[in-house]
Amino acid sequence: MSNFRMLSTSGLLGYGFPEESLRNGLARDPHMIGVDGGSTDPGPHYLGSGKTLNSRRAMKRDIKLMLIGARAHHIPLVIGSCGGAGGEPHLQVVADIVRELAREEKLNFKLALIHSEQDKQWVKDRRAAGKVRALRGVPELADDAIDKAERIVGMMGSEPFMAALDAGADVILAGRSSDPAPWAGGAMRDQCAPAPSWYSGKLLECGATAAWPKGHDCLLVEVNAGGIVVEATNPIRFCTPNSVAAQSLHENPHPHLHQEPGGMLDTTDCTFTAVSDRAVRVEGMQWRPDDVYTVKLEGAQLLGHRAITICGTRDPGLIAQFDSFLESVRENVSTKASAFGVAPEDYRLNIRVYGRDGVMGAREKVKQTLSHELGVVAEVIADDQETANDVLAMARPQLLHVDFPGRLCKEGNMAFPFSPSDISCGPVYRFNVFHVVQLDDPLSIFPIEYESL
Amino acid sequence: MRTIQQCAVMCRSKNAGPFEVTIDIAFADRETYEKVKASGVVCAQLIAERYSVAVGDVIFTAYDAGLAFKATIPRAVSAGDFGDTDVYGCQQHALLLDVELPV
Repeated sequence: MSNFRMLSTSGLLGYGFPEESLRNGLARDPHMIGVDGGSTDPGPHYLGSGKTLNSRRAMKRDIKLMLIGARAHHIPLVIGSCGGAGGEPHLQVVADIVRELAREEKLNFKLALIHSEQDKQWVKDRRAAGKVRALRGVPELADDAIDKAERIVGMMGSEPFMAALDAGADVILAGRSSDPAPWAGGAMRDQCAPAPSWYSGKLLECGATAAWPKGHDCLLVEVNAGGIVVEATNPIRFCTPNSVAAQSLHENPHPHLHQEPGGMLDTTDCTFTAVSDRAVRVEGMQWRPDDVYTVKLEGAQLLGHRAITICGTRDPGLIAQFDSFLESVRENVSTKASAFGVAPEDYRLNIRVYGRDGVMGAREKVKQTLSHELGVVAEVIADDQETANDVLAMARPQLLHVDFPGRLCKEGNMAFPFSPSDISCGPVYRFNVFHVVQLDDPLSIFPIEYESL
Repeated sequence: MRTIQQCAVMCRSKNAGPFEVTIDIAFADRETYEKVKASGVVCAQLIAERYSVAVGDVIFTAYDAGLAFKATIPRAVSAGDFGDTDVYGCQQHALLLDVELPV
């Protein structure tokens, strides 16, 4: 093993990064360049609907610069969790961008597509064989939930990336992947030890988040015999022992223990040492291989369709009795929707009150608002969009016109900022599969397809 | 006595997957961190009270290398499900900002 350097352009494909940071990073002769393409973080809509989180235009801008840089330096370009959720439609959007760029920029290379969408019958068979378990806070998986999921993706580990690199792929686009897996795969294929390889991936998947000040920017990590050295390539950002240690806490239930496909990254004994005023060495991480290889499964089911309206009040008389006012609104909506044929069980009405508990919901401790204004987002979910729209269109005039004691302005209770005021939001999903499945072979459910461009 | 808002360098929340939220509180120097740790104020019980969850549902860890404490709790509603208020889970730290610490 030599010193293996990897360059990440940002925390997410399509977030953008300064071109100068990429140039600085490429000048350090990295052995691989990449970016994380997604996560479950923006919610279940993307996995369910097949839509990408970031725009095609923004993703194309980032890939273009990375692809040109990668080809000029003859290094692999690797992107995990393509398009956000990493399902087949998401992967194909990114593949389409790469094919288009190959034509436009007259570049020739070998492309690998690693698929992660799973056959529902296979998931049912694994479940029936006792090879699936629920993660904390999630119900046991039932066949019914598998059927209801719009799509189910498996979260691949490092092995498919190593296999694609072994096959000579220049550009690897993967479906749903463990965020650090592309980097861990790249480093381990170069004979780096698993522990520093996975740890470098934990840092690289977030771009320059391990540096201060935070920003959507590039990060360079070198894996060497002693551990790793991490550095931001934009001179305005500095990695310090604290900034890098803090990144170990990111989006993980435990600060020291990071479960990954195939094992546990244990950072309990890590030391963080400044090697310059802007680079940090991390040593002492451990990798504990699992006895049984597992990957996560993620699925999202359709809940219905949503319509919303946004409005607000500045009337202290109304703010002082907002709960009873909302109760009247709900009753009126129920009566009037029933009258046009939509029963109370056919829709769900949620009235969110900003300035009171819009952010914390039931966990809010402040029970008496001190705000001079309250913002309202009224939301209706029903099986079809038309029903959601129709019930919301009845909720709007109730918010506007329902009477309350001491009302001085009978012209309207709410200021509506927009015309039209009602917004159709389309399909709504919820995560209904978030489970772990045992695999006999880490590659078996992630087929790799190659094409020469 | 100072509040977490006054004496921490970081107090943040974020999803740890769609079913859990994780909260990190970090301090600038080891002296402050050790004082807070020795006081025992920042603990699983505090998190359980502030977020109305059972103590047994709180994963609480002191992270000496990062001068930080981490607590992970179940979400009230899974991310993006009907009734969720915070899809990214990134504003749930706020319930801790007025906790007073003996530093």
